[in-house]
Amino acid sequence: MDSDTSILSLRDVRYRWPGRASFALDIADFAIAPSETVLLLGESGSGKSTLLSLICGTITAQAGSVTVGGTDLASLSAGKRDRFRAEQIGLIFQQFNLLPYASVRDNILLPLRFAPQRRARVAAPQEEAHRLCTTLGLPEEAIAAQAGTLSVGQQQRVAAARALIGAPPLIIADEPTSALDAATQATFLELLFAQARANRSTLLMVSHDARLAAHFDRVVQMSDVTSPLQGAA
Amino acid sequence: MILRLAFRSLMARALTVGMTILAIALSVALFLGVEKVRTGAKASFADTISGTDLIIGARSGSVQLLLYSVFRIGNATNNLTWESYNDIAARPEVDWIVPISLGDSHRQFRVMGTTSAFFERYKYRAGRSLAVAQGLLMDDLFDAVIGADVAATLNYKVGDPIVVAHGLASFVAHDDQPFRVSGILEKTGTPVDRTVIVSLRAIEAIHVDWQSGAKIPGQSTPADVIRQMELEPKAVTAALVGVKSRLQVFGLQRAINDYPQEPLLAILPGVALQELWQIVGIAETALIAVSGMVVITALIGMMATIFSSLNERRREMAIFRAMGARPRVILSLLVLEATLMAAIGAIIGLALLYAGLVVAQPLVDAAFGLWLPIDPPSLRELWVLVGVVAAGAIVSMVPALRAYRMSLADGMMVRI
Repeated sequence: MDSDTSILSLRDVRYRWPGRASFALDIADFAIAPSETVLLLGESGSGKSTLLSLICGTITAQAGSVTVGGTDLASLSAGKRDRFRAEQIGLIFQQFNLLPYASVRDNILLPLRFAPQRRARVAAPQEEAHRLCTTLGLPEEAIAAQAGTLSVGQQQRVAAARALIGAPPLIIADEPTSALDAATQATFLELLFAQARANRSTLLMVSHDARLAAHFDRVVQMSDVTSPLQGAA
Repeated sequence: MILRLAFRSLMARALTVGMTILAIALSVALFLGVEKVRTGAKASFADTISGTDLIIGARSGSVQLLLYSVFRIGNATNNLTWESYNDIAARPEVDWIVPISLGDSHRQFRVMGTTSAFFERYKYRAGRSLAVAQGLLMDDLFDAVIGADVAATLNYKVGDPIVVAHGLASFVAHDDQPFRVSGILEKTGTPVDRTVIVSLRAIEAIHVDWQSGAKIPGQSTPADVIRQMELEPKAVTAALVGVKSRLQVFGLQRAINDYPQEPLLAILPGVALQELWQIVGIAETALIAVSGMVVITALIGMMATIFSSLNERRREMAIFRAMGARPRVILSLLVLEATLMAAIGAIIGLALLYAGLVVAQPLVDAAFGLWLPIDPPSLRELWVLVGVVAAGAIVSMVPALRAYRMSLADGMMVRI
């Protein structure tokens, strides 16, 4: 896939955590097309989180290029990378990572605070946060509740709403269903896919659960993406 | 939104944050309280005497003369003879002169002999005159006018008898010539409140049957006989002087200090007060330093609280980073939190101060005769509050920089 047409592209990327000689990540070529849904399967310790950190620009590759939406992250300063992440990427975490003391509304609106362009795409942020909550199956009164008081399933929906608000081109979900039971998993994925499609967002989900494969356009094994580790213990 | 999140974050840690804020509030209340007492004491001292150009007494130290003549603290080493007093009173520069005779007491209160001019000439708190709350000024030789605290402490009313004791800690009383309370003065917040005032002639009257500080055995002159006596004093303890022109103050002071007949001292009350402040200045500075250290300790406590919470808040910081917050946003968030804590602590401290003042004002007044005014915060006090908030922001930079570095290292992938 041509990096010019892909939403995400990693070429000849090498990364080694400082002070951790036992682990390195080496990716020759990995790309995702716009609006594609991709499941990246890998065991624990296979480098999934490191790969996500590279894509989000919180760490920078020691070699190669990571391109998101046509922009090489290495060409951006640290501050611009933070802004770029807020503008381009919606994130859903395994542990939801909501601010437990803040309201559901504030949690959903938080990324817009750091992303002016994404905020500009939302005419009425409060109403949009409310609409996303309703669409994702949260009760009416949940919008004003403290995030920490919600159930696990509800918190994950809030995390999804936070990733979706402002329609970022790329949504990255890191094991978002691992804390949910099977029935809730299926419902959550359906809602997430529907919203991602509505926004024409690309969805990259990282998981170790191969049963999710049927939901995605493409399934990629982590071991297929990464080269045999050079220098790894 | 960030301010609201910072506030909510603080509320989520209400107990530790509350304790930290309480420590800051108490330290601020202490610091401002010390300031209030210090400035209150200064104002109270400065307000004690007003409109008097010179105080004259036997030669000693200027502070000593000020203390015993105005504040009734300590004793005179010597007296001013009546001849010298009259000689000075007759000088052309002198507009008015009021004699003061101290030495006797009633219970724990000093007895002061003076003339009716004292009630006209003695001014306090920017020129206010003494006023009688109940009864009248002395009319009879054995009339006494008492200060408000004397009346309140001893539960005296107009007409009650008063027996003056000889000296300050004497068991020998002038019980053969008792006085009668003729009037009670209004509260002034000055040592006058704790003084029993009698006429200068009365001081002589109660010592008619005395010689060399001891009662003459078997001698007791009837009061009516004493009333017929001339009773001119041989000496007075001190004198308050007003001059006709302020330009003459220094000339008169020099003339009295060089008085050839006896060693005398004339002081300017304001200058003597300044000397007194210089003497107590070291203790004052030490007091401010100690209360300042308490504020610093509270702020360091706040820094320690923030430090100890950093590890458990790594996820929170990672969430902000994942949402696009720059590391400097994390830094600002912690500084903002600390500033909020310091500001809330400072405001509560101010409220505690005023609550404390309302409770302590009458108690301090009764115990020490010190009137602590309950005024709006002064500019200096407001600057102290601003300083505490600024210092809170500055000390929080230490944990905030640590959080900044942690957020750089953690990125958005913290798993705790």
